[in-house]
Amino acid sequence: MFAKTLKGALYSLWGAVLLLGAGNSYAEYPINLTRGVTDISNKVFDLHMLIFWICVVACVMVFAVLIYSIFTHRKSKGAVAAEFHESTTVEIIWTTIPFLVLVAMAVPATTTLLALEDTRDADMSIQVTGYQWKWKYDYLDDDISFFSVLTTPREQIEGDAPKDDTYLMDVDNPIVVPINKKIRFLITSNDVIHSWWVPDLGWKQDAVPGFINDAWTELTEPGTYRGKCAELCGKDHGFMPIVLVAKTQEDYDAWVEDQKDAAAAAADASTQTLTMDELMAKGEAAYNTNCAACHQANGAGIPGVFPAIAGSAVATGDVAKHIDIGVNGVAGTSMQAFGEQLSAVDLAAVITYQRNAFGNDTGDMVQPADITAAK
Amino acid sequence: MSTATTHDDHHDHGAPSGLMRWVTTTNHKDIGTLYLWFAFTMLLIGGAMAMVIRAELFQPGMQVVDPNFFNTMTTMHGLIMVFGAIMPGMVGLANWQIPLMIGAPDMALPRMNNWSFWILPFAGTMLLSTLFMEGGGPAFGWTFYAPLSTTFAPASTDFFIFAIHMLGFSSIMGAINIIATVLNMRAPGMTLMKMPLFVWTWFITAFLLIAVMPVLAGAVTMMLTDRNFGTSFFDAAGGGDPVLFQHVFWFFGHPEVYIMILPAFGVVSEIIPTFARKKLFGYSSMVYATASIAFLSFIVYAHHMFTTGMPVAGELYFMYATIMIAVPTAVKVFNWTATMWKGSMTFETPMLWAIAFVFLFTIGGFTGLMMGIAPADMQYHDTYFIVAHFHYVLVTGALFSIFAAFYYWAPKWTGHMVDERLGKIHFWWSVISVNVLFFPQHFIGLAGMPRRIPDYSLQFADWNMISSLGGFAFGVAQVFFIYVIIKTIRGGKAATAEVWEGAHGLEWTIPSPAPYHTFETAPEVK
Repeated sequence: MFAKTLKGALYSLWGAVLLLGAGNSYAEYPINLTRGVTDISNKVFDLHMLIFWICVVACVMVFAVLIYSIFTHRKSKGAVAAEFHESTTVEIIWTTIPFLVLVAMAVPATTTLLALEDTRDADMSIQVTGYQWKWKYDYLDDDISFFSVLTTPREQIEGDAPKDDTYLMDVDNPIVVPINKKIRFLITSNDVIHSWWVPDLGWKQDAVPGFINDAWTELTEPGTYRGKCAELCGKDHGFMPIVLVAKTQEDYDAWVEDQKDAAAAAADASTQTLTMDELMAKGEAAYNTNCAACHQANGAGIPGVFPAIAGSAVATGDVAKHIDIGVNGVAGTSMQAFGEQLSAVDLAAVITYQRNAFGNDTGDMVQPADITAAK
Repeated sequence: MSTATTHDDHHDHGAPSGLMRWVTTTNHKDIGTLYLWFAFTMLLIGGAMAMVIRAELFQPGMQVVDPNFFNTMTTMHGLIMVFGAIMPGMVGLANWQIPLMIGAPDMALPRMNNWSFWILPFAGTMLLSTLFMEGGGPAFGWTFYAPLSTTFAPASTDFFIFAIHMLGFSSIMGAINIIATVLNMRAPGMTLMKMPLFVWTWFITAFLLIAVMPVLAGAVTMMLTDRNFGTSFFDAAGGGDPVLFQHVFWFFGHPEVYIMILPAFGVVSEIIPTFARKKLFGYSSMVYATASIAFLSFIVYAHHMFTTGMPVAGELYFMYATIMIAVPTAVKVFNWTATMWKGSMTFETPMLWAIAFVFLFTIGGFTGLMMGIAPADMQYHDTYFIVAHFHYVLVTGALFSIFAAFYYWAPKWTGHMVDERLGKIHFWWSVISVNVLFFPQHFIGLAGMPRRIPDYSLQFADWNMISSLGGFAFGVAQVFFIYVIIKTIRGGKAATAEVWEGAHGLEWTIPSPAPYHTFETAPEVK
């Protein structure tokens, strides 16, 4: 812990030197809200600028009076205190003026809010489900379903590799939507409260377990839009980004076909038999993406919070029990049911990996067919 | 106390000596001192946690702590600062000043006063002890939203719940004491509308405390039974609702922010007239504005929940009600301005803090107004924009007012003037660094950085580094403040009874330092 703290302190010091000395590699000083790319986000941005300028003007007026007074009405300049106090007229005036300004702000705010919340007459619906710490997207009209997980490598987070421009903003499977369609998002959660936020769309919406919230968007330009989970959801709250890709209708249709083909291929793969080396290689990759956040890359877990895999009774004991936990999770804990998240191949590989890595050396192999049988 | 009438020299009693003086004391001045030391200790502990947070956020990437401990730090920092530093700090000021300002010999319920203080160190210790428990301390934010704080929380959460219960007992007893004191112990002639504004703001705050601390106790009790006794208040699988937690919490939480800021308004309303040598411009409108803010604080709470999926009618109502708070708040700022206008101002350290309060609290107030606009809040919510907002109102607002109060009343408490040069170093150092610390957080919040994240993408790197540097400087300034405090207690220029040239009020009619027993014979107020 102290070695790590010291290392961090040295890094920080080095960072300060970079900042003050040679300039720095990021050199970005964003200061304002994003305008965004939708009609709603533009309305929200305009509203933001309106209230911002009203506040600035009011602030400048009050501060100007205060500053003038501070420099003029000083005892050292011979100012003598005036006697006046208590004036009902003045009080009424300065109560009424802010009130009228507020009414002027409330009018555009109301119309924007009503538009933002109007999810009627959507062309398609996508269910968004928050998990600790990933997103799941279900295309309700097309029978497509997948998870979306951070792909920024651990080495970049730990400082052992240079950071990409899209550091902490990359996922394996982005949510893909067509342009010029009113898309309704049905947002919920599997565990704790999350919040789905892509600033370019102009809103965020909480994902509440057991309840469904809705929100909508209509994009006009193809592009990649990035966002983040905005509600504290546990340890890796900072590591569950959102990547939304908008495509033209043709490209979107092609993507839908690809997804369906990929799903069929995955179903086929669940009957194949893999070698130990294949299972371990796939298993290590799947472990680092899906398990390492809690059980840690070295399998040691976090005592009292997340159990260890290394030497654990589950990973060195009965195989069927281990598969059951992997597929169905453990109710009432953070251990999710990975049967619905991972393919049979990945799940077989990851369980094999857990039983043979970290000094567990059981020699057990789990095949995709074992997983399918347990589902 | 029938013997007291025959015990002629009883007013000559000084303070008993030794540790037991502090354990058994029922003297409002001793208890005020205990509260203030406790608050300052907690400020330093919570501040140390803030240093950990800013060290981790100094650069992108995980450097100093792991994400779970980072969450523990943000959680404990918030809890310690709210319940350990600001609230006890304000109660400490109330204990010292209310009896002196209304001409009362002590608080109305001195033994309960002792108890309400002595609960605090135990509650605080219990809260801090969770850091050393298996699974770590609470890591779900100071707002402890269910189900992260119930089903998914570490075992130490039950200790956190008990600590919150104890802090609540302490606050409620303190509030009852203040109400009883203000209603029963005023000197003859001190009508309600003649009370100093600091007393008025605390009187109103005490009602807020009595109204909402039991609600907080209810929220944590429901958490306790959800965690341990199989209930499902906040679990949809058992027919409950996680958002119910937020309704209950914010029904406490929103008045809570006014509990922390109303006494600050009172402090500033005492200091500005003194150093402007001019009466407060609108005394009665200040009292009415305070009362309206207190009332409105109960009916706006769900503006913290615009993104939870409230019906649009609810969002509209809470938006309208919320922005209405700007009216009485503006009245207060205008009144301070009008008090300074055409005054004869001098700028001793307390005045500097009070003026900084007016400027910086106003900035925090305006960002608060912006977040009251529901559709814009869909973007602002849960970003660093709100982190900047509430640190402007709570650090440069509430905390600065406590600093101002220290510099203003310390001569009365210790009998020594605070070294002006040191006080001004503390002031300028703090006021510059605090803006370097928090102003850039507006920018990164608007640019899209969520709060409570231990690592961030690269576009936020530069402002975070600047913010952290400001944070470290602000932290060092408060360590320097320890030196100022100790130096003032140990010596310095002797203070006169009046202390400040333009000061009015009963507390300035007694000698400095204030004798152990004051106003044993009630003064006459004209």
